Amino acid sequence: MYAQMVKSDGPSDAELSPEERAFQARIDAGEKIEPKEWMPEGYRKTLIRQIGQHAHSEIVGQLPEGNWITRAPTLERKAILLAKVQDEAGHGLYLYSAAETLGVSRDELFEKLHSGKMKYSSIFNYPTLSWADMGAIGWLVDGAAIMNQVPLQRTSYGPYARAMVRICKEESFHQRQGYSIMMKMARGTEAQREMAQDALNRFWYPSLMMFGPSDKDSVHSAQSMAWKIKMNTNDELRQKFVDETVPQAEYLGLTVPDPDLSWNEDRGHYDFTQPDWDEFFEVLRGNGPCNEERLGARVKAWDDGAWFRDGLNAYADKAAARRLAAKTAAE
Amino acid sequence: MKKEWPLWEVFIRGQHGLNHRHVGSLHAPDAEMAINNARDVYTRRKEGVSIWVVPSSEITASKPSDKGPLFDPAEDKVYRHPTFFDIPDDVGHM
Repeated sequence: MYAQMVKSDGPSDAELSPEERAFQARIDAGEKIEPKEWMPEGYRKTLIRQIGQHAHSEIVGQLPEGNWITRAPTLERKAILLAKVQDEAGHGLYLYSAAETLGVSRDELFEKLHSGKMKYSSIFNYPTLSWADMGAIGWLVDGAAIMNQVPLQRTSYGPYARAMVRICKEESFHQRQGYSIMMKMARGTEAQREMAQDALNRFWYPSLMMFGPSDKDSVHSAQSMAWKIKMNTNDELRQKFVDETVPQAEYLGLTVPDPDLSWNEDRGHYDFTQPDWDEFFEVLRGNGPCNEERLGARVKAWDDGAWFRDGLNAYADKAAARRLAAKTAAE
Repeated sequence: MKKEWPLWEVFIRGQHGLNHRHVGSLHAPDAEMAINNARDVYTRRKEGVSIWVVPSSEITASKPSDKGPLFDPAEDKVYRHPTFFDIPDDVGHM
């Protein structure tokens, strides 16, 4: 997902201190945990990693789409894409603010992203080669994100849950604008239909990877679920995504690039082929098609903007000094 | 120069003549920029007609551990609610 393979620190049940036991009881009772309240160090650290990674994904996620703003086919599509990318920036900011309530600074989070110590979602390391990719990203990538984010509105950490509520309200626009592009392309000329099919072919498996590898054996996952900072297993969400997306692809008249995809009457779900997990781990290790380009663009934007941030600081300091001088003179 | 922009808490008045309500926070070098940024971050869909920004460092919050002493005393004063009193139907609307 936007947060993949987040390592979770937590003691086993037998080792729980009375404080930790009371904390878990609050979570089990559905209470929200708020910033200044006592929380286990592992809960705090895991959430910083998870919310931070989520925020980084929103910010880096602007890049593959920003790539197409100047080349959108109509002025209306351009304005819409611009609004969507602006939303991603906003989502990143909501999430950074939520992470900061846990005692990490914004600059620390940026430093960790830029130095590669913190990750962003693997999906944004794939290139956007045609306009149809804007459709596929909105439809599939934002669609997959929604699967994860809707249940996270009920997560145990108050600021995170509230950020999710805000994000979910806006995210539905993203998915629909993507599907609208796909509908237009799929019903367009033969060349356009081929572009739409090609975009689906390239984004299908990377979208399935967004949910992370199967977590049925993962200890981290169990701890995160007990803390209610992870609400469903990766496999549950992936299945839900496939079940909802396949009929949408059929409506478009496009073919999901999986010859073994079939409806399983007994399970009431689609059977489907797992993505290539070796590829996933390679992308996470930094060896995806666009890792260097994405992080490079992000670091460059931060470095190139330094003079501007400093300038605004200098102006604020000067104005504050002037106000102070005027006040002193008046007294 | 290496200085992080300070944090501001953002309050927005919605369309319907309601109170300003806390919506979140953001970083900005000064109050004017904080309002500009709040416009972009928190009112992209006409969520407000007015914005307040307050430096987060200026907010004093009650301690979670004071929850008991602060709020428990209200618990046994149910007579503060009008439904505590039974008024006979014959009296009519009150």
